[in-house]
Amino acid sequence: MSGQEVSPGAAVGRALAHESAALHVSGQALYTDDLGVRMAGLLHAWPVGSPHAHARVLGLDVSGALAIPGVARVLTREDVPGVNDAGVKGDEPLFPEEVMFVGHAVCWVLADSEDAARQGAAAVQVTYEPLPSLISLREAMDASSFQGAQSTLRRGDLTVGFAQAAHVFEGEFEMGGQEHFYLETHASLAHVDESGQVFIQCSTQHPSETQDITAHVLGLDAHAVTVQCLRMGGGFGGKEMQPHGFAAVAALGAVLTGRPVRLRLNRTLDLTMTGKRHPFHASWKAGFSADGRFTALQVQLTSDGGWSLDLSEPVMARALCHVDNAYFIPHVEARGRIARTHKTSQTAFRGFGGPQGMLVVEDLLGRVAPLLGLDPHELRQRNFYRPGECTPYGQPVRHAERLETIWAELLASSDFHARRAEVEAFNAASPHVKRGLAVTPVKFGISFNFTAYNQAGALVHVYKDGSVLVNHGGTEMGQGLHTKMLQVAATALGVPLASVRLAPTRTDKVPNTSATAASSGADLNGGAVKDACDQIRARLAEVAAGRLAVHPDDVRFEEGRVFPLGHPGRGFPFRELVHDAYHRRTQLWAAGFYRTPGLHWDREAMQGEPFKYFSYGASVTEVELDGFTGAYRVLRADLLHDVGDSLSPLIDLGQVEGGYLQGLGWLTLEDLRWDESTGAGRGRLLTQAASTYKLPSLSELPADFRAALLRQATETGVVYGSKAVGEPPLMLAISAREAIRAACAAFGPPTQPTPLASPATPEAAFWALHAARSRLSPTTEPGAPGAHEGVPT
Amino acid sequence: MKVELKINGTARQLPSAAHTTLLAALRADGLTGCKEGCAEGECGACAVLVARADGEGTRWESVNACLALLPALDGAEVVTSEGLGTPGALHPAQEELAVRGGSQCGYCTPGFVVSLAAEYLRPERTPGQHGEANGFDVHSLSGNLCRCTGYRPIVDAARALGTPQEGDPLAARRSQPAPLARATRLEAPDGTFHRPATLADALSLLAAHPDARVLAGGTDWGVDVNLRRTRAAVTVAVDALPELRAFEVRGDVIRLGAGLTLSDLERRLGNRVPLLRAWFPQFASRLIRNSATLGGNLGTASPIGDSPPVLLALDADLELVGPGGVRVVPLRDYFTGYRQTVRAPGELIQAVRIPTPLAPVTAFHKIAKRRFDDISSVAVGYALRLEGGVVTQARIGLGGVAATPLRAHDAEKALEGQPWTANTARRAARILGETGTPLSDHRASAEYRAAMLEQSLLKFHWDTRAEVTA
Repeated sequence: MSGQEVSPGAAVGRALAHESAALHVSGQALYTDDLGVRMAGLLHAWPVGSPHAHARVLGLDVSGALAIPGVARVLTREDVPGVNDAGVKGDEPLFPEEVMFVGHAVCWVLADSEDAARQGAAAVQVTYEPLPSLISLREAMDASSFQGAQSTLRRGDLTVGFAQAAHVFEGEFEMGGQEHFYLETHASLAHVDESGQVFIQCSTQHPSETQDITAHVLGLDAHAVTVQCLRMGGGFGGKEMQPHGFAAVAALGAVLTGRPVRLRLNRTLDLTMTGKRHPFHASWKAGFSADGRFTALQVQLTSDGGWSLDLSEPVMARALCHVDNAYFIPHVEARGRIARTHKTSQTAFRGFGGPQGMLVVEDLLGRVAPLLGLDPHELRQRNFYRPGECTPYGQPVRHAERLETIWAELLASSDFHARRAEVEAFNAASPHVKRGLAVTPVKFGISFNFTAYNQAGALVHVYKDGSVLVNHGGTEMGQGLHTKMLQVAATALGVPLASVRLAPTRTDKVPNTSATAASSGADLNGGAVKDACDQIRARLAEVAAGRLAVHPDDVRFEEGRVFPLGHPGRGFPFRELVHDAYHRRTQLWAAGFYRTPGLHWDREAMQGEPFKYFSYGASVTEVELDGFTGAYRVLRADLLHDVGDSLSPLIDLGQVEGGYLQGLGWLTLEDLRWDESTGAGRGRLLTQAASTYKLPSLSELPADFRAALLRQATETGVVYGSKAVGEPPLMLAISAREAIRAACAAFGPPTQPTPLASPATPEAAFWALHAARSRLSPTTEPGAPGAHEGVPT
Repeated sequence: MKVELKINGTARQLPSAAHTTLLAALRADGLTGCKEGCAEGECGACAVLVARADGEGTRWESVNACLALLPALDGAEVVTSEGLGTPGALHPAQEELAVRGGSQCGYCTPGFVVSLAAEYLRPERTPGQHGEANGFDVHSLSGNLCRCTGYRPIVDAARALGTPQEGDPLAARRSQPAPLARATRLEAPDGTFHRPATLADALSLLAAHPDARVLAGGTDWGVDVNLRRTRAAVTVAVDALPELRAFEVRGDVIRLGAGLTLSDLERRLGNRVPLLRAWFPQFASRLIRNSATLGGNLGTASPIGDSPPVLLALDADLELVGPGGVRVVPLRDYFTGYRQTVRAPGELIQAVRIPTPLAPVTAFHKIAKRRFDDISSVAVGYALRLEGGVVTQARIGLGGVAATPLRAHDAEKALEGQPWTANTARRAARILGETGTPLSDHRASAEYRAAMLEQSLLKFHWDTRAEVTA
């Protein structure tokens, strides 16, 4: 597939703005919830949420709701004609008899206005029998409350590895989760259309699964349900599994009332009801040789899966497969288990366990470097994978040399060594403000761990006038997938971008699609779109070959013209060719398909080659930290990332920068807190609003921000030599956390480890620097809380 | 009931209840470019421009449509992203954002466009202001959240904006008078909304309805309306009353109308009160400051409101006006308990008085998770007078450490009469650290809050140690 040359004027590789940019900026781009205003007789849905973290539903009286003017119906368990389940594991009842977290919807009220639905929901009487609950990950671990499979990734022999070690360290680490906070909350709009099919507009990353689950809830065949996703206002993994139940409720309402139903969560509902990035606990034991090379690593990972299994198993698999990050570790044992707690069902989030796995090893290296007497950047580089080495799950690390290349280029372009000296000089002269500088690498495996998901379809139409319509199975959530697909189609057919249009993603056009997730959207759908275009082009080449009197292989398609190889002047317009082809009864449309070759994975043994390739990157971050408060800011960040031959450099740069800032949010600022007390509010999400759950804003933008794409990075066997970009850059932000650690450490004596909680909020940084400072001069300083949560010991 | 507005240049009548928000009304009217991202004025996805009086002319200010109640905008002029330009004819703010990759998912984008346009149209913007070649205050975008881009291309777009061209309709509009706030009475099943024309009318309404919701900027009330679905039987909008919009600098007092927006105060005060100048950017975001008032911040009497710490440090007094006339209450005596004050039902905060000459050595420390537009874990306002290196007067206002904002009297006493040295600061800091009864919550632990009080005074000393010798 990579064999096809790309002409100099090709659409792929050009730095284009998002294909909807002009619509975005003028407020004309439509999202699911913008469509309801155009529908007559619209009903609005509102949930009746549980006030308890865990309780049995003993009784439900909806008469109060029905008395509210405007309330049309209350949807309850008895209304479900099919399967009362919103998940794929059979553990997510859509209308539960046992509520499993605060906010869990017992039933849904439908009304003429959102306000009436809300009043109706408040008037529903539910009788509960409260049951014991587990809220914190620690509580669940102590109670041995686990769910799903426990898996172990193993290589070598720990006994041998630790016997070879000159130094052995042990530690524990707990990291917080993260709320997706896509700006567009979950939204579905369902109606039964004129042909009798259930048509659902949905903000979903996985339309086919939304279709499947809606169909089984309604007791219908999949062909009776169509799901369309126009675009999403952000997804980040939060709309991979989570939209299905909401779509099913809207569809159920539409079927039962005959009216269109709008279900849109407001921010509070979205934060309260939907899953988040998994918090993780890790305990580890690491062995190092005298020169600072890993000899062995033993890790126990425990994720907080929340109330249902959801995607927790594959998230854990990816975490285990990324605990090595960029480092060769000869003897490894990594165990994973999923705790069950009475919280939202934690789910996919950009990186999908990868960030958590990688953070464990990066935290570990950041902590032990002073004990090994090595600079952290030296310790990291020393452990890099070398060409020919394999991961603990047995996959050769192809292009491992890119780690060294990126590292060297980045250290040079960021002036790392000179700035390190400057930071040291600054710190020596500044008693109350310290700076920290750190560099960390990223190696991230691309492909779904679940091999079957690595397939995609497309449907490309060339109309008689030469215009092109592209359908594909991927969804647009802001990542620029549609822009890239336009570029792929325009390049493959050799037509101008302006003659290609992208249709909204629909399950009746391209069926059985995989989630747009795992960074794979462009790889998979690009492969399918190109396959469809190549089929059409091959048929057109036959027609053109006749007219040009050359072999079909020697017909060139560029910029809307068709000409013989070497004779651009002898060509004619693409639309003329299409006209000719139509009259010769040539099929001008094609269904394309792509399956990633060469993947295999044994889930039980945790061995195989689950990834098509690895993405590489590295980042240098410098922070300045106030010793009085723990407040810090990022002074400068330099990112260098490998996206292969970029399909769309402006889009890819946006993914790299945006990923870094989102990662920075996870690691420094975004702090999910649940009520873990035994009071009436137990289990309530305390940070359930934008005012209490803070995202990075403009003030977190590094004062000097320099992101670049690795040059000459062609990847073979992938669409036009490109690599995936969605998730890996998120983990570039780990250097910011390590820089904060370095700045905290600068308040204390060298050679001491500096534990740092995650997220490294100003408070966490304050306690870390306070501990460092106390080691320097153990005087009467303000007392840290006895058991401050999250501070590793 | 209908409310009349001019939207994107066209006169419109929109149906309204007493608690209908501008955002809901615009979306119901088909202007869906305006998005609800949070419904509490944090994300800015709903930002719109409103025409506000600016001397004889008009100023376009950006506000959160999710917090603005529609009846409060009776007679107003509003511009949304759709009104700024179209895909075929983009406004410069739209064009710069689009070509630079400033939109990814696009959901926050219309709001950013509006905030960019407001700053583009700011009449005082001159090259070099705010350290930017085009004078663009990048910080004015801090009330808009983007989850995708990482902000860099958005900032680049801001920095690339030129000045409005000849014939720019919104720029031209600035020289015409702004629409006047209309006296309004709207009765609906969910309540009655009044905008009285005079202070006397307002006071008699409040006398008749002691439980009436007093509305100024509405940035706090709008959150309750949206997120908690709180409803008021009677709402009385007081933001347009001339008596609450005074701005006076007299011999020994600066008098700030309680109904002026914080942005208005910020512009009018300039550098007259350095402590407030340092404080304004720490108060929420430009979008909020364009609506929020001092009267509102003091009226809600939240222990984590950001104005009490600085106003306590400035020894401010409040003018309360009621049926019996005006009375003056020192701010230090104003708060009586959690969200409780000496303000009687039927009274309004008319103005805040700041006595002059001002204490010369001041600072505002806001401890929060995020650097800007966050709620304080702890906030501290300082104002010191020094003579020959000795502290002659100390005023320390605290927020976030008790049920009410506090003056730190004990720490003040520990400073007064002492030389402004590290030793003095350390002694007083220890006392300050034991002030109040801070709690642990999702923002911060009690231990951190207490530590921050202590650290704050040490930092204040460190930052101002040169003032002694100066």
